[in-house]
Amino acid sequence: MAEYPEGYKYTKEHEWISVDGGEGTIGITDHAQAELGDVVYVELPAVGDHLQAGQPFGTIESVKAVSELYAPISGEVTAIHEELVDQPELFNEDPHGAAWMVRVSMADSAEVEALMSAGDYVRFLESAEGDH
Amino acid sequence: MSDDLKRTPLNQWHRDHGAKMVDFGGWDMPLQFDGILAEHEAVRTRAGLFDVSHMGEVRIQGDDALAFIQHLITSDASELGLGQAQYTVMANHDGGVIDDLLVYRLADTDYLLVINAGTTPKDVAWIEAQAKDFEGVFEVRDESDEWAQLALQGPDAETILSRIVALDLASIGYYRAAFTDLDGVQALVSRTGYTGEDGFEVYLPPSKAPALADTILDAGANEGVVPVGLGARDTLRLEAGMLLYGSDMDESRSPVEANLRWLIKPDKGEFIGRDAIVAQIEAGTAERLVGFELVERGVPRHGYELCGADEQAIGEVSSGTFSPTLKKGIGLGYVAAEHTEVDGLLTVDVRGRKLEARIVKTPFYRRPKAS
Repeated sequence: MAEYPEGYKYTKEHEWISVDGGEGTIGITDHAQAELGDVVYVELPAVGDHLQAGQPFGTIESVKAVSELYAPISGEVTAIHEELVDQPELFNEDPHGAAWMVRVSMADSAEVEALMSAGDYVRFLESAEGDH
Repeated sequence: MSDDLKRTPLNQWHRDHGAKMVDFGGWDMPLQFDGILAEHEAVRTRAGLFDVSHMGEVRIQGDDALAFIQHLITSDASELGLGQAQYTVMANHDGGVIDDLLVYRLADTDYLLVINAGTTPKDVAWIEAQAKDFEGVFEVRDESDEWAQLALQGPDAETILSRIVALDLASIGYYRAAFTDLDGVQALVSRTGYTGEDGFEVYLPPSKAPALADTILDAGANEGVVPVGLGARDTLRLEAGMLLYGSDMDESRSPVEANLRWLIKPDKGEFIGRDAIVAQIEAGTAERLVGFELVERGVPRHGYELCGADEQAIGEVSSGTFSPTLKKGIGLGYVAAEHTEVDGLLTVDVRGRKLEARIVKTPFYRRPKAS
């Protein structure tokens, strides 16, 4: 299994968030990119858009599939990673690093606390595997 | 994994080679190995090996085999020389496409029909029902379980296969086939494919297929041949403008609507669906299949709505994908006949976003001419 950074928090929709002060950086997990396969397109929100925890904020497409992106937390978008539009392969190459998607000024830091730790996420993946 | 899924003789081989498996029309098939883009590129630039053993095979033999086949298909099988293949369709009485298929003339009065996997039970029932009502001396046999099929496709396919085949492959022209010794196995080697590249399809006994797959990977190690799954098979065939039964045509579509006019030979005489099809050729059809490419970024997919410049719905996407070679969204779709002009603009409704697209001639991709 891939390495899931200890400092990140994870969602059941397979996104990660890394928090620095009041700002969160969001991406998709290694598991998500492996399930999608080769990513060819991503549609990101605009700077200034408001994300609502648990709500879709964009889409990601691989050759085979379309998937919604769900906001791990609520807040205002302060930066988007525009290079991903021209280099969607970054999602497959470095999902937990170079393929960060958006930065968000968090509305409520308690939302982050409710998310899964790396260990919880790995156990979540294992139990989901067992369901098949 | 469901135990109800059918398996090809290469099922374990796929798993051993790291395939991600998928249910494809009731078959447990590899979707991808290394990744769709990498496999696609391998076929366009080197070579790729496909398991297409799920395809069905029907043998028709006897003095009146040709007459019966002429009754079944829209094209003219009397043009087939020995060892020659023809791409064609079978139509129903309304002119709707029962299936698209290859017809091989293996010997004087011996023909092999290669049909789609998902439609095999339906096709066999259809062919057997027609045979009952057709006067003549011939036999129909479902040989689907008796043939495995491997496809080796790409610019290096001939170089690789020539290392393990007895026959001089240069002697097999496009859409021609011959029985030959292939790594100790008697196999039918055919210069055909579903990728837009040069390459071969090899028919052989199922028990021999895993060993031959290994042999081909070994023989092509220097060229970088890789196993290829159904994901890249779909992107390759769509770039090459080839239709997929069940998406781009079905029993509600005639070969005229599907832009397969070249497969219809009314002059050959009677065939099932002839009256309906000839009437469509003369009167035209309300809709026709067109190819389009997205002008904006995005990926068209099966079922998305197509709209004219005035935003009125004019049709639907039948096949769509991101083209790995062209690096843009491409697709096929049925649209109202007045909107089929090349270079005409339309929009694709991609989950609520209207993305601009341009009608283009297919194929989307044409391989460079061999020098």
